Amino acid sequence: MSSTFDQVAQIIAETCDIPRDTITPDSHAIDDLGIDSLDFLDIAFAIDKAFGIKLPLEKWTQEVNDGKATTEQYFVLKNLCARIDELVAAKGAGAA
Amino acid sequence: MQLEYFQMIDRILDLNTVEKTIAVEAQVPTTSTVFEGHFPGYPIMPGVLLIESMAQTSGWLLVALMKFERMPFLAAVKEAKMRGFVAPGELLTVEASVVHEGSGYAITEAKVKVGGKLRSNATITFSHVPFPNPDLRGHMDAVARRIGFPSQAIA
Repeated sequence: MSSTFDQVAQIIAETCDIPRDTITPDSHAIDDLGIDSLDFLDIAFAIDKAFGIKLPLEKWTQEVNDGKATTEQYFVLKNLCARIDELVAAKGAGAA
Repeated sequence: MQLEYFQMIDRILDLNTVEKTIAVEAQVPTTSTVFEGHFPGYPIMPGVLLIESMAQTSGWLLVALMKFERMPFLAAVKEAKMRGFVAPGELLTVEASVVHEGSGYAITEAKVKVGGKLRSNATITFSHVPFPNPDLRGHMDAVARRIGFPSQAIA
């Protein structure tokens, strides 16, 4: 978890030019860090590459738009990292 | 190529959905109102139109990979380099390949060549959505026929 967060925080810092020390597990990517949808594509690309996964951004966005999920579930960094860990685990299970 | 209508691509030369690559041909017109202003006495193809050519080439590759179910829209251009002038009348070969296919977005690398020599290249990001209306889908079908889109490539 901490390693996932460290990687994600570093990606965000480098991609969006946000000071690393302002990024915490409780930061909301949109509300706290001010990351917009276009910048988040760059972040998603970097995360996809770093973790060998495909963040289901469309599904998440649809769920938020439909009121089935909150942005906090996906865009607060500790929650985002948990989702990444799940995707990595699922990928590993699929490959086994 | 009809610059005023943003018709940048004349013909698809090769489309490989396995390798995720495409090559197209684009004949720069000898005359155009664009060249009257860019530049008087020294006409050259505007760099933004070279980028548009690479974006459209990439777009056709993505349309093929998504089997005409979704429409890619230009989202970001990175590392765009204009390495040499393109003059009226020159024949361009534009190539593109997929770098990454994400969820609702894709990234390509594209090149413009003249006589085998690189004139421009860029890394391009697209967001893509289901076709927003039948008119756009119909337009894309018509353009596909005009440029020789190989429908068997997505069968």
